[in-house]
Amino acid sequence: MIRDLLAPLRSLRRPPLPPTAAPPGTTVAGVRGLRVRLGGRAVLDGADLAVTSGRVLALVGPNGAGKSTLLAALAADLVPEAGGVEIDGRPSSHWSSAELALRRAVLPQSAALAFPFTVGEVVAMGRAPWAGTPWEDEDEEAVAEAMALTEVTEFAGRPFSALSGGERARVALARALAQRTSLLLLDEPTAALDLRHQELVLRLCRRRAADGAAVVVVLHDLGLAAAYADRAAVVADGRIAADGPPQEVFTPGLLSQVYGQPVEVVAHPRTGARLVLPVRG
Amino acid sequence: MTPTAHDASPGAGGAGAADGTSGTGAADDTAGPGGTDSASTTDTGGRTVALVKPPPPGGSSPPPAASATPSTPAAPGVPRSAGASRRLPRARASLLTLGLAAGVVVAALLAAGIGAYDIPIGDVVGSLLHRVGLGGAPLDRVGESVLWNVRLPRVVLAMLVGASLGCAGSLMQGVFGNPLAEPGVIGVSAGAAVGAVASIAFGLTFLGNWTLIVCAFVTGLITVLVVYLLSRAGGRTEVVTLILTGVAVNAFAMALIGLAIFFADNAQITQITFWQLGSLSQATWPKVLAVLPCALAGLLLAPLYARKLDLLSLGERQARHLGVDVERLRIVLVLVVALLTAAAVAVSGIVAFVGLLVPHLLRMAAGPGHRFLVPGSALAGALVLLVADLAARTLAQPAELPLGVLTALVGSPFFFWLLRRTRRKQGGWA
Repeated sequence: MIRDLLAPLRSLRRPPLPPTAAPPGTTVAGVRGLRVRLGGRAVLDGADLAVTSGRVLALVGPNGAGKSTLLAALAADLVPEAGGVEIDGRPSSHWSSAELALRRAVLPQSAALAFPFTVGEVVAMGRAPWAGTPWEDEDEEAVAEAMALTEVTEFAGRPFSALSGGERARVALARALAQRTSLLLLDEPTAALDLRHQELVLRLCRRRAADGAAVVVVLHDLGLAAAYADRAAVVADGRIAADGPPQEVFTPGLLSQVYGQPVEVVAHPRTGARLVLPVRG
Repeated sequence: MTPTAHDASPGAGGAGAADGTSGTGAADDTAGPGGTDSASTTDTGGRTVALVKPPPPGGSSPPPAASATPSTPAAPGVPRSAGASRRLPRARASLLTLGLAAGVVVAALLAAGIGAYDIPIGDVVGSLLHRVGLGGAPLDRVGESVLWNVRLPRVVLAMLVGASLGCAGSLMQGVFGNPLAEPGVIGVSAGAAVGAVASIAFGLTFLGNWTLIVCAFVTGLITVLVVYLLSRAGGRTEVVTLILTGVAVNAFAMALIGLAIFFADNAQITQITFWQLGSLSQATWPKVLAVLPCALAGLLLAPLYARKLDLLSLGERQARHLGVDVERLRIVLVLVVALLTAAAVAVSGIVAFVGLLVPHLLRMAAGPGHRFLVPGSALAGALVLLVADLAARTLAQPAELPLGVLTALVGSPFFFWLLRRTRRKQGGWA
C-alpha cells in the first residue's frame, strides 16, 4: 500500500525507457505460437505474425475470426495462454505500461467517454505518455497536426459526446496519431466512416508508414486492403490462413473458402487494381 | 455546546449563504459559449496545416537529445497542448479557484462570528491575528472562549468534512466513470458508519481518540471494495447496477447499524443517535485532531492522480494504452476515497449528496478536467458545508437542524434531476 502511494514519486525518479529507432523493414512487433482463450473458447490458436516498420499490414478475415484479439495481443492488452508477444525487441510483459505507451498507439473499435471533455482535450490525451520527457515539447504541434490530418480541427471546442459516430471515430484516430508511436494498431478505423474519410484514413496509414512507423489495421473492406496495404494477413479460425502482399493473398479460392461465400477478384478496367467482389446472383 | 439563546437574525444566515454562492455565480458568468473557442482553434489548425512536416514516429526517429531542450516536468495543472482551445477553460478554472478560496475564507469568518453570541467579523479577525502574533486584539473572556472553544473547531471541522466529501465524490465519479457515484449514494458512508457505530456500541477504545475513525476507515474501505467488485462488468459501471448495488449495500449497512444499536446500552444509544443525525455540534479540538491526518492525507494524495483520472474517462483499456497502470490507480484511489469518507463520517455522521452536487456544479462551470475538478471539489465542498452548517444552526433557532437532514433536503431533488437527465441521455435504462 505504501509502495503504491509513493508510486508517483518513484516514477519521477526512474523515467521510462525511451523507444529506440528502427530502420524500415525491421520487425518491431510480433506474435509467435499465440493461443488466447476467451470465455472458454480458443479465439486464437497458433497464430504467428511479424509486424515490420515502414509497412502497412492489413488484418482481414470473417467476423469472429480473431482479428481484434490478435490486435489486442499485439497491443499487450491480454495475457496469452501460450506463445509469446514481442514489442520493440522485448517480450511485451517486460515493458511497463508507461513504456508501452511510448511504443504503440491503439485505436479501439468503439470510442466512449465518461465525461464531456472537448475534442481538443480528448486528442491532447494522446500526448499523456510523453509528459515529463523531452518530447513533451512536441505536444502542441502533434495535437494540432493530428487534428488537421483527420479533419477534426473545426470541432476542437465541441464536447466529444455531441459528435456523430463517424466524427468520434476520427477524433479517436487523431488521439492515436497524436501519440506519435512507431507502432500504430487500428481496429476497424473505417467502420463508421463515409467514402471520402475511409480513403483519408488509409492515406494517413500509408503516410505514417512512409515516415517509418509500422501500421497494423483491421479492415473488412478487401478493396481498401488491396489498394493500401503492403501486406495482408488473412485471419481465419484463430490462425493466420495466409500472409503476404494483397495481390498474392487475395485469390478467389482462398477468400471464397475463408469467408464461406463465393468471391471473384477482377482487375479494374482502367487502373488494373484488384477488386474483390462477392459473386451475386 | 453553543450558548443557548440563539439571537442572530435568520437574515444573517441567509446573507452568508448568498455570499457563498455569489463567488461561484460570478465565475460562472465568465464561462462563455464555445464560440470564441472554436474560432481560435481553427486558427491554430490553419497554422499547422501550413507547416505540416513529416510526423516523426517516435520509434523511427527519436529526436536527438540536442533538439530537445531538457524538459522540466510539466507542472501538474498545466496542459501544454492544443493551444487556444484549452486556454479559456484554464483561465476559467483559475478564476473559479480564486473565487472559491475567497468564498471559503469569507464563509469561515462569517460562521465564526454569527451565532447565539454574536461576534463582529472585525473582532474575529482581530482575535485570530492576536493569536498568531500579528497584532490585533483579544476579545473579552467570554468572546474569546466562544470563538476558540466552540466556533472555530466547528468551522475547521466543517471545512475538513466538506472538503473530504467533495473530493471523495469527484474521485469516485472518476474511478467509476459514472457521474452518479457518490459515497452516500452507493453506501460507502453507511459502510463507514457501521464501523463508527460498532466502535461506540461495543465501547472500543483500543486506539484512544482515533478508535472511531479507524473503525470507520476499515469498514468504509471494505464497502468501497465490495461495491466496486459487485457493480463492475466489462470494465464499466452501469448506472442501474451502481444504484441498485448502493441500495443493497445501504440496506445491509443499516441492518448492521440496527444490530449494533440492539446490543448497546442506553447511554451508548443516545451517543449513537446524536452522532447519526449528521451534526457538527459536538465539535472540539481533539476531534479536529482525530480526523485531520485522515482528511489531509486524502486531500493531498488525490490531486496527484488527476491527470490519470482524465485518461481513465476514455475507458480502462484506452487508459492502459496511454500508459496508466489502471490496477494500481484503482487500488490507490479506492484507498483515498475510503480515507476521506471515513474522516467525514467519523465526525459528522452521514452527510449525503455533497459529493454528488459539488463536482457536478463545478463540471458545468469549468469542464470535466480532473486537475481542476479534484482540488476544486475539495474547496467547493468546504464552502458548501460551511454555509450548510451555518444555516443548520441559525435557520431554526433556538433549535439546531441536523446537518445531514439539510443536505439531503437540498441534495435529493438534485439527485433525482440528475437521474432523469442521465436516463434521457441514454434513452432508458434497459
